[in-house]
Order: sequence, then C-alpha cells, then structure tokens
Amino acid sequence: MRKRIHVGTRKGLFTFERESEGKWTIVETAFIGDPVPMVLPDRRDDVLYAALDLGHFGAKLRRSRDFGKSWQEVAIPEYPKVEGDDAEKAPALKLIWCLEAAGNDVPGSLWAGTAPGGLFRSDDRGESWQLNASLWDQPDRAKWFGGGYDVPGIHSICVDPEDSRRVVLGVSCGGVWITEDAGSSWRSSTTGMYAEYMPPERREDPAIQDPHRIVQCRSAKDTFWVQHHNGVFRSENGGASWQEIHAQPSSFGFAAAIHPSDPDTAWLVPLVKDEHRVPVAAAVVVARTRDGGRSFEVLRQGLPQEHAYDVVFRHGLDIDGTGDLLAMGSTTGSLWVSEDQGDSWQTLSTHLPPIYVVRFGQS
Amino acid sequence: MPTVAFTPNLRRHLECPDVEAPPGTLAAVLENVFRENPKLRSYIVDEQGRLRQHVAVFVGGELVHDRVRLTDEVGADQDVFVMQALSGG
Repeated sequence: MRKRIHVGTRKGLFTFERESEGKWTIVETAFIGDPVPMVLPDRRDDVLYAALDLGHFGAKLRRSRDFGKSWQEVAIPEYPKVEGDDAEKAPALKLIWCLEAAGNDVPGSLWAGTAPGGLFRSDDRGESWQLNASLWDQPDRAKWFGGGYDVPGIHSICVDPEDSRRVVLGVSCGGVWITEDAGSSWRSSTTGMYAEYMPPERREDPAIQDPHRIVQCRSAKDTFWVQHHNGVFRSENGGASWQEIHAQPSSFGFAAAIHPSDPDTAWLVPLVKDEHRVPVAAAVVVARTRDGGRSFEVLRQGLPQEHAYDVVFRHGLDIDGTGDLLAMGSTTGSLWVSEDQGDSWQTLSTHLPPIYVVRFGQS
Repeated sequence: MPTVAFTPNLRRHLECPDVEAPPGTLAAVLENVFRENPKLRSYIVDEQGRLRQHVAVFVGGELVHDRVRLTDEVGADQDVFVMQALSGG
C-alpha cells in the first residue's frame, strides 16, 4: 500500500505517489486541460471520484475503480425541475464543491456539497443523486449568499466517524448546519461566530456566517476547527458553540487541518486579510497550534519566504490518517508536502496549474 | 431533414456524431438527439432544460432566441449547429 496525493487543479488531476521517504512522483494524470474542483479517494472501497467543471458543458462527475487509470462518467446532482414562469430563474448545478464518504456503515453512499447551495446524497456510488429536501427547504436558506462564488455553496461536510447520521456542514455564506438524523432535519449552529462584513444588527445572524472551511477531529469527534472569514473558531461541544482563536501571523485564511488523534493540534495557512489575500510579508507559512489555539508556531522551513503570493484555497490543505503527513497546494501551482507534521516542507512542484484541492489516498 | 452537428470540442468528452432529426421546435429536435445519446443531454442543457450559458446554438445560421424553452422552429431545410460560445466557459 502506497500513499498518494490527488491534486485537483484548474487544468487537470495529478496523482503523486510516495515511492520512499521524501520521494514523491507523479504516477497518474487525468482530465488535462479541464478544471477538477474536487476529488474523493474513498477509503471504504478504493473507488476514486473526480468532479469536473467543464465550463461550457457544465459540472460532471467521473469515477475510477482502478486507482485513476481509467474513468467512467456517472450521474451529476441535479436540482428539481421548475416549470412555468419561474423556469428562467430556476436553480441548476453550477459546481460540485465537495464530496465525502457518508460513513463506514453505508459503503457506497456519498454526500455532495454544491453551488448553488444544494446538498445531495448518492447511495449507489454516484449512479444517482437525491437533493436533501429538508435542508433545501429551510426558510433561512433565502438569506444565504455567495462567498467565493456568485452563489452560495456547501464546501465542508463532516461526517461523524462514530455515527454517520450526524453530519456538520459549512456553507459560504450560509453558516454551519447540523443534522443528527442523516439529513431528515437540520439546525443552524453558529453561536460565538460573528460577521464583520455585515451591518451591526446582522453581525451574529447564523444564516450569513462565512465559514471558509470546517474540519473535525477523527478521534475526538466533538472538536471542530473553522477557518471563518472573520477569523478562526473552535468548538469542543460538537458545534453547539464556538470560541474565537487568534492565530499567528494572522487569523484570515481559507484552509484548516486537524490532527486525527489530537484535537488540540491544528494547522492553518494565514493570509493578510480579506481585502488583501496574499501571504503576510509575501512569505508562505503554516501556523500550527498544539494547545488548542492558545499559542501558535509559525512554520517556514522549506516554504518560499520572499515574494511568494501563493494562496491556499479551502481544500488545498490535507492531513493523512497518521497525522504526520501534510500536503498543501496553492493558487500559483505550488505543491508542498511535509512528513513531520509541518516542521519542514518539501516542494513537489512550482509549476502545476492553480490548485483547488489536495487529498491523501492510497494505491 | 435537419442535420444536428456538434462542436468537435465535445468529442474530448463523449461521442457525438452528426445526426439527422425530424423538423420541429429546437426542444423537440434536441430531445430526439438526446433519446439516442442520453449522456449528451447534460453537456448541452442544464437540468431545467435551458441551454447552458456558454453553449451557442445556431439554426439555419442564426443564433437561437429562446434559450429557456427552446421554442425556435427548425425547418425541414435548416441545419442545427451546437457550438461553444467564445465567452465564458
């Protein structure tokens, strides 16, 4: 079994494999020339999924059963058909923004988070998809608005590792949504979060919060970290409430990773601020805390420290199951890997297309 | 009978040879094509049946007017070209 990193970019999917300690090489390429906004290596059955954004021809989904050697087109999530006068403005799939396995007890079942804001479920490995009507019909959904894209989108889907009926969603901009019954009912939960981009009276409105990325600790499932538009937040009670964390050298960014067995250890990739989305002092760094956010180490070894303008998007940072390996990909096509929890980084490429997503897998 | 032809760029993704279809509204003409080639549908129209924003369809050399309900008539002596718009995508 070899470790892999699947890298979805503006111009294709690139798969790196770890041949030996510190040695990673590209072993597969696919969809060269086409945007790949999301990839899911499903550890339950070793099926690989790649979402495409074909621009002219729409969002598509491909599936591979041979570790990315060949691909088959499968169904895309589709929004409900609207007839009559409203047809012109009816919602249609714009982007498959995130894909997640729906739990070890439901092999083959998947969740897809999409723009414009629909959550979909497949119980047949992507052969068919059903819109989650309960979330779609929430009255507060009317308050959601675009963040990152012109329309709202679901980018984070955290499935409880012990109870797959419990799922936490992140929506830009639509807050944090929690179900405990596999999506039959939902509640919004953003107590503690705030939005400085809104008028004062709407500052704490749950339905307009912009969590850029939500990650969950695999072993301490009640601990979540959120890189939010207005800073970093952490929950130790399953998302019931959130505490603000002040990261270094800044608290703005998109990506977050959490150690699989230590809920106090997390990584962020800071940028200056929302209206100045570049690394602080034009130096790429990773911020790591080992004490639940009370303090941060700023990790630089192996990362560019002069005139570097790399931005790491929401899905551009991943950690493997051991908690030792991190991968990070940037908008300027830089890809780095760390095999020591971020202490040092190795550059795998500086000339890939802009990177949307990196995910660890295996072959 | 009208011929329906597709931009060669689609062939990167799926087979879509030129086909003949009976005249009628553009919706009816395309429906005939999609019946024979179901995977093609989502590349040309969205789930609401509207032409994708950056797909351009010409009937008899003219860009179609109704991109939502596809009511433009395709005459027996007119051909349909499904192209990609140069904007967007």
